[in-house]
Amino acid sequence: MESVESQISEWRAYVGGSPALNGQDVDELEDHLRHQIADLTEAGLTPDEGFLIAVKRMGDVDALSREFAREHSQRLWKQLLASGDESARAASGWLEAFLFAAAAAVAIQVARLAAGFPDDEGGDPTWFVRDLSLFVLPFLAAYFARRRKLDVRRWVLTAVPFAVAAVVVNVYPYDADSATEMLVALHLPVVLWFAVAYPYMDGTIRSHQRRMDFVRFTGEWFIYYVLIALGGGVLMALTAGILEPTGVDVDRVAEWVLPSGAAGAVVVAAWLVESKQQVVENMAPVLTMLFTPLFAVMLACAAVVYAVTGLGDTFDRELVSIFDALLVVVLALVLYGMSARAPSTSPGWMDGIQLVAVASALVLDLVVLGAMVARIGDVGFTPNRTVALGLNIVLLVNLAGAAWLSARFLRGRSTFSRLERWQTAYLPVFALWTAAVVVIVPPLFGFS
Amino acid sequence: MHIDKDLVAASATPLVLALLADGESYGYAILKRVRALSGGDLEWTDGMLYPLLHRLRRLGYVTTEWRTPPEGRRRQYYMITDDGRAALAEQHRQWVAVTRALNDVWPGSGRMLAAAGEA
Repeated sequence: MESVESQISEWRAYVGGSPALNGQDVDELEDHLRHQIADLTEAGLTPDEGFLIAVKRMGDVDALSREFAREHSQRLWKQLLASGDESARAASGWLEAFLFAAAAAVAIQVARLAAGFPDDEGGDPTWFVRDLSLFVLPFLAAYFARRRKLDVRRWVLTAVPFAVAAVVVNVYPYDADSATEMLVALHLPVVLWFAVAYPYMDGTIRSHQRRMDFVRFTGEWFIYYVLIALGGGVLMALTAGILEPTGVDVDRVAEWVLPSGAAGAVVVAAWLVESKQQVVENMAPVLTMLFTPLFAVMLACAAVVYAVTGLGDTFDRELVSIFDALLVVVLALVLYGMSARAPSTSPGWMDGIQLVAVASALVLDLVVLGAMVARIGDVGFTPNRTVALGLNIVLLVNLAGAAWLSARFLRGRSTFSRLERWQTAYLPVFALWTAAVVVIVPPLFGFS
Repeated sequence: MHIDKDLVAASATPLVLALLADGESYGYAILKRVRALSGGDLEWTDGMLYPLLHRLRRLGYVTTEWRTPPEGRRRQYYMITDDGRAALAEQHRQWVAVTRALNDVWPGSGRMLAAAGEA
């Protein structure tokens, strides 16, 4: 059955390569293909035979995309000029995104005022920091739920994780200066981001294809968000420069504009990814192509140095968090590079570089893990060390699997879709791990 | 019996509209019914159904909606509009006129089959 799945995804990539067909058309054709295969297998053929006949019946792909091009000629010109109804649809989508962005901006502002943040006396209420993502990401989830036209049941399922998170995070009695509270504040946005995946994927969270779509979305969203943040920063700096001489308290202005802008940009960036997909589609693979080799070189050097010298005395909390951040970034880069890759092409030099990056990261992870286990043996578990250890183990398993599969792929012993599937199948592990940090770790350590 | 390509193309629009007039449906189900109705004589290239459906949507003859059935994949459903029904009625009139004219010129039902076979 698996070979048919990979054949279908190859066919999908091939058909989707035509600019005349958009993702929805390909979805529709794939649904047709699967129906046909199912009917043929029911009639006694093997899935492979069914696939062949179904593809044959679907017709010559070139002729098909010509036919689509005739009907959807505007798509070929999407980047150059938008035809009438296209821009009308974009305009209504804009309004919707704007409303959700505005709602997030207002929500964060109300919460900020309620919390009296920032407090000039330095007594900032920590609940505001802890709950930050709860004021923003529900709006993103709702935006997608609306955009995907989810039914009532799916709306409820979308809301459940947010409601549970809101209760859990706020019911726990954290100590003052609690380390577990900081960990919750760090992990909650990630947990909620995974919760956004549900409405984004239309509730079809079992589909590996859609999971990869979500990975791609995350990468593209990040790029747009950084771009918006850069532009916003320039705007803020210029505004401050202009208002300064008039005696306006610039800090007060920033207090209002910054949180709202940052919250609203979360939804706006998502909308940009959805509606201007073709723009970022061209940019993102270039960025990964640029940075994956650079990271690979840096990681390889670091891996050699640390493998020879060991961590020794330099090991401290700060270094561990830098290592963890580095590993997460590498993983993100590899995952994103994977999502942007055409599954049917044979191994190339980029795959080799990815393997170097993954293998080096694996070595670094082992070094950190060894040092950490020794440290915990000396002085015992603390919340921070436990979470760092857990994250390293979760990453270690992932990187080991990825390195093994991509080595096999490079030697032609395995297909790329196996590697892709390993990563998409592993995504729930990350979700569960971050959820565990938010839900289980605080009580485990008495909210200290 | 092999039916000429142009004839297949010409009959595609009224066939699809007539099927949708019976109730909303989605691509694969429409195709299956066409196959069943014609006993396999109408040879459609499956993929070509979709540009046709999208053309009907552009003309305003059908509306579409993405839905996910309880157990199954997300798929696009097509529903006929009033404009679509009007277009179907118009097509119906034209086809009746054509077949009536043809019936008048066919010398006999036996010869009619032979003529269709030659075509």
